[in-house]
Amino acid sequence: MKNGKGKFLLAGTIILGTTVWLGWVGVTESKTYYYTIAELETLRGAQAQRRLRVAGDVQPGSIERYRGRVDFVLEQEGRTLPVSYVGQNPLPDTFVDRAQALVEGRLAPDGRFIADHVQAKCASKYEAVPNPSTTPGSSASSPATSYTSGPSE
Amino acid sequence: MDLFGSYALILALVCAGYAVAAGIAAIAGRKILLTKSAYQASLAACVLITLATATLVFLFLTDNFSVAYVANHSSRDQHVFYKFAALWSGQEGSLLFWSWLLAVYVFFVLWTNRNRHPELMPYVAVVLASVQLFFLILNVFVANPFQVLGTVAADGSRQVVAQPDGRGLNPLLQYPEMVIHPPALYLGYVGFTVPFAFALAALLGRYPGEKWIHITRRWTMIAWGFQSLGILLGAHWAYAVLGWGGYWGWDPVENASLLPWLTGTAFLHSVMMQEKRGMMKVWNVWLVFITFLLCILGTMLTRSGVVSSVHAFAQSDVGHWFLGFLLLTLATCTWAYLKNRDYLKSENQLDSLISRESSFLFNNLVLLAACFAVLWGTLFPVISEAVQGTKISVGPPFFNKVTIPIGLFLLFLTGVGPLLAWRKTSLESLRRNFGWPLAAGLLTGAVAYPLGLRDFYALVCFVLSVFVALTILLEFLRGARVIRARTGMSILRAVEHLTMRNTRRYGGYIVHFGIVLIFIGLAGAAFNQDKQMEMTPGTHMELGRYTIRLQTFTQRPGQNYVAERATIEVLRDGQSVMLLYPERRRYHANGMTGTMVSIYSTLREDLYVVYAGPSPETGQPVIHAYINPLVKWIWLGGVVLVLGTGVALLPNRQQALAFRPVSERAGQPALQPVPATRSQDAHD
Repeated sequence: MKNGKGKFLLAGTIILGTTVWLGWVGVTESKTYYYTIAELETLRGAQAQRRLRVAGDVQPGSIERYRGRVDFVLEQEGRTLPVSYVGQNPLPDTFVDRAQALVEGRLAPDGRFIADHVQAKCASKYEAVPNPSTTPGSSASSPATSYTSGPSE
Repeated sequence: MDLFGSYALILALVCAGYAVAAGIAAIAGRKILLTKSAYQASLAACVLITLATATLVFLFLTDNFSVAYVANHSSRDQHVFYKFAALWSGQEGSLLFWSWLLAVYVFFVLWTNRNRHPELMPYVAVVLASVQLFFLILNVFVANPFQVLGTVAADGSRQVVAQPDGRGLNPLLQYPEMVIHPPALYLGYVGFTVPFAFALAALLGRYPGEKWIHITRRWTMIAWGFQSLGILLGAHWAYAVLGWGGYWGWDPVENASLLPWLTGTAFLHSVMMQEKRGMMKVWNVWLVFITFLLCILGTMLTRSGVVSSVHAFAQSDVGHWFLGFLLLTLATCTWAYLKNRDYLKSENQLDSLISRESSFLFNNLVLLAACFAVLWGTLFPVISEAVQGTKISVGPPFFNKVTIPIGLFLLFLTGVGPLLAWRKTSLESLRRNFGWPLAAGLLTGAVAYPLGLRDFYALVCFVLSVFVALTILLEFLRGARVIRARTGMSILRAVEHLTMRNTRRYGGYIVHFGIVLIFIGLAGAAFNQDKQMEMTPGTHMELGRYTIRLQTFTQRPGQNYVAERATIEVLRDGQSVMLLYPERRRYHANGMTGTMVSIYSTLREDLYVVYAGPSPETGQPVIHAYINPLVKWIWLGGVVLVLGTGVALLPNRQQALAFRPVSERAGQPALQPVPATRSQDAHD
């Protein structure tokens, strides 16, 4: 019986060991460091070479579309970051002015962020505060597209 | 009306609170009447939640834009289906929807067991009512869907102000699956509450033996079936709407739905060990606890903004409530386990490495490993921030690296496990069961490799798929042959008979077959191709064996949007096969745009065409086309999987077989027209 248990222990260890090893390789290959725009400016040397992920709001009017590239500016807490999106996929429909966006890529030497992946969430969409007086304490950070922009268009 | 809904929720909260308190008191004092009263309070809460939900639906259907939730998620010109589905499109409404589905489950559990299991049910009712109570607290105090819009006057009085029109539903959500995907997934998430309640109740009440597993088998399968359906519908929706050519992106919210599915699947398998051999009792109890906790965690991840996701609702403070509830539940489970663990002693031990037991054991081990890896990857930003101070996230490569080998190993077990004997399997039976399928699988690999199928994992997947599919097929054939030899019925009838005689086993095989189809479809992703091009009417692009020709480019008004639409002719090997109409919709109510992908789908591959908007420089439409091989197999597999689950839920047809001579004599004349109608069907 003792011997029987040993077999299972060995098989289990092999399976779990393989999983852990695969996981470790996976992490080293795809880990992305998440920084705020303010923190980006303080990165030095090797740190700035890593794959990075930055969030912010798309500055209104900053989206410029070129062939094979989309430029825009992200804002966060008063700081801005110029971004060039060079990924393969079309940008999501939710990527519009003031949308909350999450960009992934690398920092170019000139301080521009070269993104190959953009996720966007329209800030006004999922949860909005149509009238602050009725829902006190809600986040004032949602720059909801106001009502008037809707049916009048 | 909004007041009616609010009051219904408050009353429901009171009822659920009473049900918990009275239920505990009844158990402590062994008072039967008090137990009855607690049940009735629970049932009353169910009715009241139903009323509240109906009220919110009514507010949506009547365009009552004085209610904030309605104004934020609906508009006058929205189709009535989406007005209805808007119920679960935001934080408050979807939490109410959670409560309501739980209420429906609770109602059926209490109703169907009202005269059964008198020692167990009081505990079950208390656990269920506690979960219900938590969600009602959220509904009433944290995310009330009945809040009205208004202004506060100088004297402090409130004035309700109705908006002339609502903001409309998010365009991404205006898709038919919006009406069925969330309910299916929620029915899965919520459904796992039932086996959880029974497991915790059995442990708390030291309810003897495996009865709780027998009672909850169907409930678990219903929840699991809905969870599977919900995940697949979500994947299909993402595929058809998001326009990036894929169906799964390892987004935290997608992962959240996968986690309880993985542990739920492990649970469905490991309970058989307990039923047949009296083993793994502790494991099973904890599996179902963990599954429920992961359901709550999934609901929390979607809502709290803990991890960033495309699908998530806005950040809000419900996260703290969920975290509190999670910890409280975990503490309760741990306490119950520590208190009564001596009653979960195993009756047997593992004997052989090549046995049914060990295949279940490994199945559980790798499912849990997959679950842990996905959970780890999903929460990695949170963990790394806590440990290192920097947020680090891991992307799809991490998840693929870990889950693909695990998935393939599981696929292998899917073929091997069910045919291994309990305790120990002889070499002879291995050869008999697996000889042919294994040879056929290897042959597939040997043929596919020279044909250019070089991706290692995809190749392994196809080999295993053929192997597993054949083992399943042979299993049906072998059983059917025996029946045919005994009764003389046709082989198809014999298969049907065989299935209905042991629905659990053969339904399970059908589910396994569905899984095989899904794996084949997933493996197709290794051969995806895509191409993006700016096109003017009359030009064409070549992709794979297709030629895509842009014919026209027009504007088309819809009910609540205007669409820019490309008309694209698809030619395969020079032959025109069909027209595709990818479009981009602009919704009136909120000025948002939505992409409508157009797909030409065959068993071999999908041609997936997206209109990616006008080119910034020339204003010409940009068309992005993808070839995604074998995707249709995933959806087919999903259908088979749901069918199989349905079969496994049916009662066995044993009695019918015992009385067969009688029914045959009576049924003989009636049998005659059957072939006639069958052949008619075939002509249609």
